[in-house]
Amino acid sequence: MSMLSRVASNIYWLGRYLERAENTARIINVNTNLLLDLPKYIKLGWQPLLEITSTSDSFKAMYTEVNELNVSYFLMAEPNNPSSILSSLMAARENARTIREIIPREVWEQINSLYLVAKEQLSQPKNNRHRYDNLNKIIQSNQAITGTLAGSMTHDEGYDFLRMGRNIERADMTTRIIDVRTATLLPNVDQDIAPFETIQWMSVLKSLTGYQMYRRQMRLRINRKDVLSFLLLDEKFPRALKHTLKQVEYCLSDLPNSEQITHELSQLYEELAHAQLKTLKQESLHEFIDDLQLGIHSVHDALSRQYF
Amino acid sequence: MTINWSHYEVENFYDELISAPNESRPVAQHLSDYLSLLSDADIKEFKAASDLAIQTMGITFRVYNDEEGSIDRAWPFDIIPRLIEKKQWQTIELGLKQRVKALNLFIDDLYNEQKIIKDGIFPSHLLEKSKNFLPKCKGFSPPLGIWAHICGSDLVRDNDGTFYVLEDNLRVPSGVSYMLENRQVMKRVFPDMFEKYNILPVDDYPSQLYDMLAALSPRDIPEPEIVVLTPGIYNSAYFEHAYLAQQMGAELVVGDDLVVQDDNCVYMRTIEGLSRVDVIYRRIDDLYLDPEVFLPDSTLGVPGLMRAWQAGNVALANAPGCGVADDKVVYSFVPEIIEYYLGEKAILPNVPTYKCINPDDLDYVINNIEKLVVKPANESGGYGMLIGPHATAKEHAEFRKLVQADPRNYIAQPMLILSTAPTFVDQKVEPRHLDLRPFILSAKDITVTTGGLTRVALIKGSTVVNSSQGGGSKDTWIVDMESV
Repeated sequence: MSMLSRVASNIYWLGRYLERAENTARIINVNTNLLLDLPKYIKLGWQPLLEITSTSDSFKAMYTEVNELNVSYFLMAEPNNPSSILSSLMAARENARTIREIIPREVWEQINSLYLVAKEQLSQPKNNRHRYDNLNKIIQSNQAITGTLAGSMTHDEGYDFLRMGRNIERADMTTRIIDVRTATLLPNVDQDIAPFETIQWMSVLKSLTGYQMYRRQMRLRINRKDVLSFLLLDEKFPRALKHTLKQVEYCLSDLPNSEQITHELSQLYEELAHAQLKTLKQESLHEFIDDLQLGIHSVHDALSRQYF
Repeated sequence: MTINWSHYEVENFYDELISAPNESRPVAQHLSDYLSLLSDADIKEFKAASDLAIQTMGITFRVYNDEEGSIDRAWPFDIIPRLIEKKQWQTIELGLKQRVKALNLFIDDLYNEQKIIKDGIFPSHLLEKSKNFLPKCKGFSPPLGIWAHICGSDLVRDNDGTFYVLEDNLRVPSGVSYMLENRQVMKRVFPDMFEKYNILPVDDYPSQLYDMLAALSPRDIPEPEIVVLTPGIYNSAYFEHAYLAQQMGAELVVGDDLVVQDDNCVYMRTIEGLSRVDVIYRRIDDLYLDPEVFLPDSTLGVPGLMRAWQAGNVALANAPGCGVADDKVVYSFVPEIIEYYLGEKAILPNVPTYKCINPDDLDYVINNIEKLVVKPANESGGYGMLIGPHATAKEHAEFRKLVQADPRNYIAQPMLILSTAPTFVDQKVEPRHLDLRPFILSAKDITVTTGGLTRVALIKGSTVVNSSQGGGSKDTWIVDMESV
């Protein structure tokens, strides 16, 4: 039995929406922590999160002040923000609903419960005290869903589409985080704030739960070049760009007529291979990441054209 | 306050479980004993457990025009089951099989030779007025001569305890998934009752449905491609469509997933290209099936589907046009239809029905209209009905005129008092009215669900059991008392 195009598309987007909800929860938590560590005069604030999620404009249409309360509510529960955690979970649930016959019943129940719990817990803007716990629950529930799928869904084409969705979304988020964090990193590094630069690079790693793994891998002081090379080129760290792309490539090997998509992927590998991470200055790094993002988008387009 | 059966009111009603205050029917003895031992806290706990099970299992039905547009509501479920003895059920089962068998012969006859009309049993003018008769299907006979593969018949019990057939739903009857899910919820909530009783299982319905559909395949291949065609997630029964597809391992499709090619075969769009479809369990009404033939603006169906079906390249369940037997006037003829085709007396009675085309019946209806429920032949969903005992003198007079002007368009029935069963309401147990919808599958063999979906009116005194109007449901247990 061959998979319906519409179903393939729904599973792919299910993977993307779940991953998006999880990633958004991660970056809010990390930003909260980061701000506690930074001195008051370094005003990083909450704007970067809007930039990472490309929601600055729609935020400004709804709110006047960029502050913790507004931004966190906007990113967690704002119904008019299509990429808020709650909107993503709702979209994931609607997608799961249309493919209930494909995914294991337990997973539908988990997604359904996750949405219901999130709806109850995240929609209370004033409640900052439990925010960390609530967001952590979202991350963990999502991990449980991923685990249940890995352990109980037949690893067939449907599972390939799910993983491709998850990995493309991850690739997208990893590059966004690098881009925005590097752009807002302190422009003139002087002696006083040097330690805080390290803190910021740590925050980049932590947004991607990569701090520990980076330590094991690099065994070095945190520095820009190594963090970049870890997050872009590492093949074994699940949130590194290279790894996510390899996953997509691996999934494609099971699928019919995947030549065009593989071609797009190999172009991305080319770009990565030629990156001079050490010498890339801030501006050219931004351009480089921009190119990578365009490349990720082309992979997505090629997938849609071929299968959906 | 725990449950006190001496306060349970059974006057004026036939109650399914309690025959008199403090007196259970034999089948319900264990259950009523068990329930009366429950504390308030227990009841709360059971209720919460069933609510939670329903919520996490995502058992929903969709309500339109709610404040959020259309939303999914949790399925309203009462944790006290409705019990029927196996012996009694076996008779009902035979009656339903007999009924559906005759109805299928009737439909096939109507679209072909029309012997029943030629023999003067069924008046031809009634057929001419039928909205659900599809002239496009004339001269055609689907595989095995079966038109209504899935039938949901509504049964009610009157005051005297007799089961009557209230109507047969032959088009796209729904509710069977709730019957299956109710059992799952009960098993989670009341596992100990399943040890006390020998309850016949319901779980094999999806595999029977699969076998029945597979038997219709035009291609003689080991694994025919079976799909469930749904109008989509905004349909009130979408939950059921997805559920059944999942349980059968069939593909759930919407119209856009399918395409009819020049070879008059149906294909679905897959990631590998087009793939042939053999059997479609369609949950879309006739007139939306094929815009080439019926409503040109409809996007729910598949252009060319009727061509493919009539060429014998795809099976449709239920067959288009089978709704002709889903008509109130046809209903009133079912006992005659059974006798005509099978040479047998009907095992299950119809609700007594006056056919206004008969002069004697017409006289009776005109003179007793305040006692009767008067229904137009070709409407459904309760439109254009008169409920005599609840209507005003002015309305009685209007309906007398309507019926006299066009007697062939009306039937009338006495007002039934539906049976009740104990139901939890605000932590008390009170009697509530209910009905029963068993599902009958027909292909080479005819099978009937073990029991069916019991729907219950949750509002006191109400007989409205539809979920969209505040009705709920109960698990239906066919209990084998002999093997206890």
